Amino acid sequence: MRHIMAESLAPTDGIRDYLAVQERKSLLRFLTCGSVDDGKSTLIGRLLSDTKQIFEDQLSALERDSRKHGTTGDDVDFALLVDGLEAEREQGITIDVAYRFFATPKRKFIVADTPGHEQYTRNMATGASTADLAIVLIDARQGVLRQTRRHSIIASLLGIRHIVLAVNKIDLVGFDKAVFERIIEDYRQFSHQLGFETIVPIPMSARYGDNVSSRSDKTEWYSGPTLIEHLETVSVDDAVVELPFRFPVQYVNRPNLDFRGFAGTIASGSVSTGDEVVVAKSGKSAHVRRIVSHGGDLSQAVAGQATTLVLDDEVEVSRGNMLVSPAARPQVADQFAANIVWFDEHALLPGRSYILRTETDQTSATVTDLKYRVNVNDFAHEAAKSLEMNEVGICNISTRAPIAFDTFAENRTTGAFILIDRITNATVGAGMILHSLRRAENIHWQSLDVGKHGRADLKNQRPAVFWFTGLSGSGKSTIANLFEKKLFATGRHTYILDGDNVRHGLNRDLGFTDADRVENIRRVAEVARLMADAGLIVIVSFISPFRAERRMARELMATGEFVEVFVDTPFEECARRDPKGLYARALNGEIKNFTGVDSPYEAPENPEIHLKTLGKSAEEMVEALELWLNERDIAENQYDSGGGI
Amino acid sequence: MNIALTHLQRLEAESIHIFREVAAAFAKPVMLYSVGKDSSVLMHLAMKAFYPAKPPFPFLHVDTTWKFREMIAFRDQMAQKLGFDLLVHVNEDGVRDNINPFDHGSNTHTHVMKTVALRQALDKYGFDAAFGGARRDEEKSRAKERIFSFRNAQHVWDPKNQRPEMWKIFNTRIATGESIRVFPLSNWTELDIWQYILQEDIPIVPLYFAKERPVVERDGMLILRDDDRMELRPGETVENRLVRFRTLGCYPLTGAIESDADTLEAIVGEMLTARTSERQGRLIDRDEAGSMEKKKREGYF
Repeated sequence: MRHIMAESLAPTDGIRDYLAVQERKSLLRFLTCGSVDDGKSTLIGRLLSDTKQIFEDQLSALERDSRKHGTTGDDVDFALLVDGLEAEREQGITIDVAYRFFATPKRKFIVADTPGHEQYTRNMATGASTADLAIVLIDARQGVLRQTRRHSIIASLLGIRHIVLAVNKIDLVGFDKAVFERIIEDYRQFSHQLGFETIVPIPMSARYGDNVSSRSDKTEWYSGPTLIEHLETVSVDDAVVELPFRFPVQYVNRPNLDFRGFAGTIASGSVSTGDEVVVAKSGKSAHVRRIVSHGGDLSQAVAGQATTLVLDDEVEVSRGNMLVSPAARPQVADQFAANIVWFDEHALLPGRSYILRTETDQTSATVTDLKYRVNVNDFAHEAAKSLEMNEVGICNISTRAPIAFDTFAENRTTGAFILIDRITNATVGAGMILHSLRRAENIHWQSLDVGKHGRADLKNQRPAVFWFTGLSGSGKSTIANLFEKKLFATGRHTYILDGDNVRHGLNRDLGFTDADRVENIRRVAEVARLMADAGLIVIVSFISPFRAERRMARELMATGEFVEVFVDTPFEECARRDPKGLYARALNGEIKNFTGVDSPYEAPENPEIHLKTLGKSAEEMVEALELWLNERDIAENQYDSGGGI
Repeated sequence: MNIALTHLQRLEAESIHIFREVAAAFAKPVMLYSVGKDSSVLMHLAMKAFYPAKPPFPFLHVDTTWKFREMIAFRDQMAQKLGFDLLVHVNEDGVRDNINPFDHGSNTHTHVMKTVALRQALDKYGFDAAFGGARRDEEKSRAKERIFSFRNAQHVWDPKNQRPEMWKIFNTRIATGESIRVFPLSNWTELDIWQYILQEDIPIVPLYFAKERPVVERDGMLILRDDDRMELRPGETVENRLVRFRTLGCYPLTGAIESDADTLEAIVGEMLTARTSERQGRLIDRDEAGSMEKKKREGYF
């Protein structure tokens, strides 16, 4: 831009017009990548120099530095313009990504100069994550190298769709067309599966400027654009404004009781006042009442804008949730498949817990399955137990809490995440979501107007799940039955889920292996949860021998709602009672997997209620249960009237 | 409404996003307020990011006691006008030892009164995130720095081992005692800053506008003699010249340029045809090659 001004030096009153033109220029973000010594930094230095972005004091500093550190003899070493760290200048390599800015009469550019060494791949990925185009440099003497492939794969995974294949140092192969064409062929061979929309090969010499900003007279066989011409005209519009509305909530702005605004950056689509929006994780909907901005309210806001929305309804939304279009919602799931690029010297291990961060959400996550690693040379899918630094793989991921997302292919903003080490807090990996792993991916939470508390209030009670666990014949069913009768007599609304009865219907397909027992409990726990949601007092009478499944059932229920009742009758007593004659048969070996005989029973460690039945009547047991229930209800009523909600 | 955002709208949105991210993720953020034009833009963006609320963090000015008097007056005036919480920190040890740019040189002065002072202030208040107005186009080592730039408990920057920074997903996790320096203006250029000041009508210190000022020519720079702590060397004279400043710092270390640009438009026009970078007026960058990186590693902003 500077040289333009120099030519037509505008008087002061022309400045605003000039700036208005600058404002309308589009922006292209790109990176330079490729192997070590392919000339990335030199190319950027050349671009900055050719577009008159280098000031005189910088140029004189550069000439000084070139004599000290330069690798180009008496010529100015443009690489020193971008290799800004001392370690880089001393070693003559690029360690970290540098961001530089330049403009031409047609466009503005932010260029990320990224390191070629494999060791610093994570810094290349950093530069690529915000770029729309990659210049892949190739030393004409070397051809396509391993790092060329690695960088191309990473660029592709990170969503870059436009490649400039800069066949550099063409002067060192005598401006040979055949070399150029062979490299193009090699590159196309391997890159056809990377999904690039455009690959534009340009023969150039970054050091001498051939085909960078001006056409070289030494490559008359080349009829394509110069690098600058191409960068000025390539269309990279990804039209995020056309995508469904996504608004990751970043910050809840609540300066006083009268204002509650949801602040964030619109990831895609647009929003107008009056629009209906849905809270992704709860399915609740509201309308946009105001789009708040410092200079006055707006009527519409679009992708890329950082804004503040005020809704017409007091829906529950906090950081990490998303306001979305009701017609096209994101997925909400806790299991999904993703491409992972690994950055850390400590390998990715399936089963280890990491912190997963999306743009605004955070939860813990584990890789449940490393499906394969991608060989960067031939794209072969290789079985792997771990992902080492700079490797790429496809994984299944399970998060502790569900997150709202789109696939990365659909939306680069809402489909990406990073993984963070819990102990060092290092950013250890980047992920691009491929798809949800739940078959329920298209089933969204339907928000219902009548809630659990309303249903329970109508019944004048508080929901609870009394989970009776104990050996077969310990007295669970007898006590449960009597307990329900007592509750029923006092006007409570109840239901008993009995192990034997449920196995006649809902769970008739399940046997008694450990896996089937786990599924048996899972289903019953889900049914109990639905019944508690309906406002009922649920009594579950199941042997439920494993602690892990009882814990799973507990975690399904609201806090304080799950009441573990250990019906504690010694094995000998149960075997002596043997009401169904099962112990006799099991001890004879006629029944397999019988709890207490050849299948373990894991007694509860901290049950809410511990019923020791020996020498006691069923009535005495039920009194203990009633007492517990009454005390809970009194305690909760006091809490409610005191605390409010 | 135009669907495509303009260049400045994009930059503004990115900066606001960064402000909000820090406010949401950190326990005790602070904004470093240096009173210069970049700080003015930063402050304006902070006001926008949290509107209608005020920024949920204080503004900290590290006063070396050698700032231009007009800067201090402007600072106090802005604090009053915008109603933000202003903290001023001075390294009292340095004051006691009478550390000054004339006797101790720019290096020692900047280290004691700026770098050490900043570390003192951050430790004193226990800030875990600090916003600064640095831009990547200013200097080579800045061009390498992340937007969220990690500092260990000793405030040290390790440029060879920066965290990857993917998309707009920032890793905001730190251990106790560690902190993050945050640069919302990373992707702005000097032209963007001026253009934004013009567009948004942002107040800036009058020293940026050309005016007759008493200057002394010293070491090839025009130094404004802001008070009589600056003693004249033999042969030096104070002349009134029409000058302005492209960048502001400690007055004995900041060179003025001869200019008649007394409006924002004229300043932008002058900048567009400038043949030297803005940091040329800063003595501290010239001490030695790579000096900015060295200062940054020690905790300078």
